[in-house]
Amino acid sequence: MTDTTDNQDPSRRDFLYITTAVFGATGAASLAWPLIDQLNPSASVSALSSIEADISSIPEGGSLKVAWRGKPIFIRRRTKEEIEIAEKDDSLDLPHPEKDLDRVKNKEWLVVVGVCTHLGCIPIADSGDFGGWFCPCHGSHYDISGRIRKGPAPTNLEVPPYEFVNENIIKIG
Amino acid sequence: MNIFKNIFKNNFYFFLILFIISGSVSAAEGTTFKNQKPGFSFEGPFGKFDKESLKRGYQVYSEVCSACHGMKQLSFRNLSQPGGPEFSVEKVKAIASGYSIIDGTNEYGEPIERSMVLTDRFPKPYGSKDEAKAANNGAYPPDLSLIVKARVDGYNYLYSLLNGYEEEIPEDLDIGDLSYNPWFPGGAIAMYQPLYDESVEYEDGTIATIDQMSYDVTNFLAWAAEPTMEERKKLGFIVMGFLFIFLILMYLSVNRLFKDVH
Amino acid sequence: MNHDYQYTPKNGFSKWLDKRLPLMRFADENLLSFPTPKNLNYFYTFGFILTMCLVTQIITGIVLAMHYVPNTLLAFDSIEHIMRDVNYGWLIRYTHSNGASMFFLAVFIHMFRGLYYGSYKEPREIIWILGVVIFLLMIITGFMGYVLPWGQMSFWGATVITNLVATIPVIGEPVLTLLLGGYSVDNPTLNRFFSLHYLLPFVIFGVVILHIWALHVTGNNNPTGIEVKDSKDTISFHPYYTVKDLFAYIVFLLMFCYFIFYNPNILGHPDNYIEADPMLTPAHIVPEWYLLPFYAILRAVPDKLMGVLLMFGSIVVLFFLPWLDTMKVKSARYRPLYKIFFLLFVVSCLLLGYLGAKAPEGIYLFLSRVSTIYYFAFFLVIMPVLSRIEKPLPMPIGISNSALNNSVYDSGDGIASGAPSYAMDSVNRH
Repeated sequence: MTDTTDNQDPSRRDFLYITTAVFGATGAASLAWPLIDQLNPSASVSALSSIEADISSIPEGGSLKVAWRGKPIFIRRRTKEEIEIAEKDDSLDLPHPEKDLDRVKNKEWLVVVGVCTHLGCIPIADSGDFGGWFCPCHGSHYDISGRIRKGPAPTNLEVPPYEFVNENIIKIG
Repeated sequence: MNIFKNIFKNNFYFFLILFIISGSVSAAEGTTFKNQKPGFSFEGPFGKFDKESLKRGYQVYSEVCSACHGMKQLSFRNLSQPGGPEFSVEKVKAIASGYSIIDGTNEYGEPIERSMVLTDRFPKPYGSKDEAKAANNGAYPPDLSLIVKARVDGYNYLYSLLNGYEEEIPEDLDIGDLSYNPWFPGGAIAMYQPLYDESVEYEDGTIATIDQMSYDVTNFLAWAAEPTMEERKKLGFIVMGFLFIFLILMYLSVNRLFKDVH
Repeated sequence: MNHDYQYTPKNGFSKWLDKRLPLMRFADENLLSFPTPKNLNYFYTFGFILTMCLVTQIITGIVLAMHYVPNTLLAFDSIEHIMRDVNYGWLIRYTHSNGASMFFLAVFIHMFRGLYYGSYKEPREIIWILGVVIFLLMIITGFMGYVLPWGQMSFWGATVITNLVATIPVIGEPVLTLLLGGYSVDNPTLNRFFSLHYLLPFVIFGVVILHIWALHVTGNNNPTGIEVKDSKDTISFHPYYTVKDLFAYIVFLLMFCYFIFYNPNILGHPDNYIEADPMLTPAHIVPEWYLLPFYAILRAVPDKLMGVLLMFGSIVVLFFLPWLDTMKVKSARYRPLYKIFFLLFVVSCLLLGYLGAKAPEGIYLFLSRVSTIYYFAFFLVIMPVLSRIEKPLPMPIGISNSALNNSVYDSGDGIASGAPSYAMDSVNRH
């Protein structure tokens, strides 16, 4: 190899090279962020991450099904009797104990994700032995608070994040 | 320095090529006059959009242009996102709810009509391209989402065009029942003059002269064609700054390394 | 290439690996300790720059493919979705589109370097030929890539160029239908262009590996054109040329980033922001700037088939360079006549590029024809003639001496003493 003796002070030499290398490494690493972030939901997908549902025309005892982030949401307007039963059942020995009051913001309205917590089928409304939903795939029964009562499902129907924009509109997500 | 001579040599080719291709990217190629250049706030490496002008421009678009021109790449939510007119979310919801759209069918199979929301695209003026042509003497009013990028020297051209309708037609020009606009290639344009003084009553009280409206709507369309422009220039500043510093460090490193190579 | 230096694995793991798969040895011999002529100038950094361009295009391309839809109804809108909604989508798209231009700019400089310093000559013919293969693959890849946004220029550029296939007698029309998958450029064409556009860069990558392999067999050429004689002529690739290459790449990146961030559409055509309309032809159909010289040659010839043949011929002729220019003196540094004709050649290429964007009439057509004639004459006439009659300038003995005083030059009797005696060199090599 050609003779390349270095006459410089080694520590000064190293400082320059180290600084340069660190600079370069930082640059290369920051290159990675856009390439990763583009995998995250795009603006059009994020815009649909929350939806507004108009509940003004649902009668007592009626329900509305809306799609949210690709999943069905059951919005159920409960009658006074149904609310009473839901609250009374709080004290029973439930497979997944949860108080009804902890699952609703307004007792009249039950909002749950309509996906069975067992293996993901969509339960049928107004069926099953507990006045709520019945999942036909493997026989899970949910009550009028969306709680699992009988069958293989391990947990109650999930309550999504939601809020009442006003008395006619619920914003989910 | 040898290094600089060589860098110059490499970049010389680049500049030569740029010079040559700039000849083919001439201003207002094919039009009668050279475009007017009113100067827009978004021009230059540190350009930003004038948000009030964008808001006014949207008003011009929605009240005048949208009758015939769609903007299908835009959704209402774009109007409130950063980098644009930045209307408040409530304002945009209110704007959107003024339009309706057919979405789905009811239990009898009948189409359901609902008012538009943030996530909906801007309403279409016509059902199809053919319908658009039929309603406009066979000429299709182009979609305006990208019009500024789809024309040479786009924003200056648009501004000149909107501002440049003239009553007096040159004697030797036969334009049939089209309109005369010296900035349009060939001079005969199918679009009738769209803007007159006070066509629009600006919400912010600005006086709506043709010049003002042309300027504002061009601003708006420039944003619509490239809503990420401000973000692009901002990131550009950071990246170029970083690269420049890195360049100096690398230059010093190369010099240091090669000092002893003969 | 000398083997005074040998790779020796230092630690236990390296020794273990070296016996099973000599990755570290390979990396050391080819990237770190590889003996490289010590007099390489910045024109020699473009190989690394090109590799970075290829990697950039592949990475940004794969990411774009996560969001792009190769269907005529959705393609244009999917790109606007990328530009407007995908996080940093605008950045990835502009990097890819401007990256293609940067790729071609770099490859042109790289090729001009090869022409100037005689890097295509014996024993480097295969490197050059592989390089021309890469160039051809780049052109095909770029052409197909430009169709994907499905703008007016995408569609009509594809229509014009694919129609050239029909000029081939007898088999032209059926081959064209086969290529298009239909009777005009439409969805089947778009779909298959997308698939091939994704594939070919990896083929390019493979040919690049062969290209670099072939280079490492013969060793680099250098600005004197005189072959490396001993280890005094070389320095290790790392750190000298790794750092120098990186520096050159940063300069290149600065220019690249100027386009991405401050002028991302200047190298493209506004008509491509209009959705493709098969019923409406744009006023002027032009390809991207890097294809303009070939477009100019195509339109310079009055006969359609001849135009096609000459257009492809302008690249095919490059394959034969090592046998067209047989002068033993490699570098134009010592070839005063060749230097002049070479500079004229560069001018003719630039002129053809300029003319490719102009309508083929009047003075433009005339100049296109003159430039095309010169282009071919440079390779087919001037090179062979100069090989026989040119007298080189006095040359140094070798690389180590070329930067020093001029006392050891030869007598100038027409035979350059610096010209390599290949028998000796092949002894010095392994």
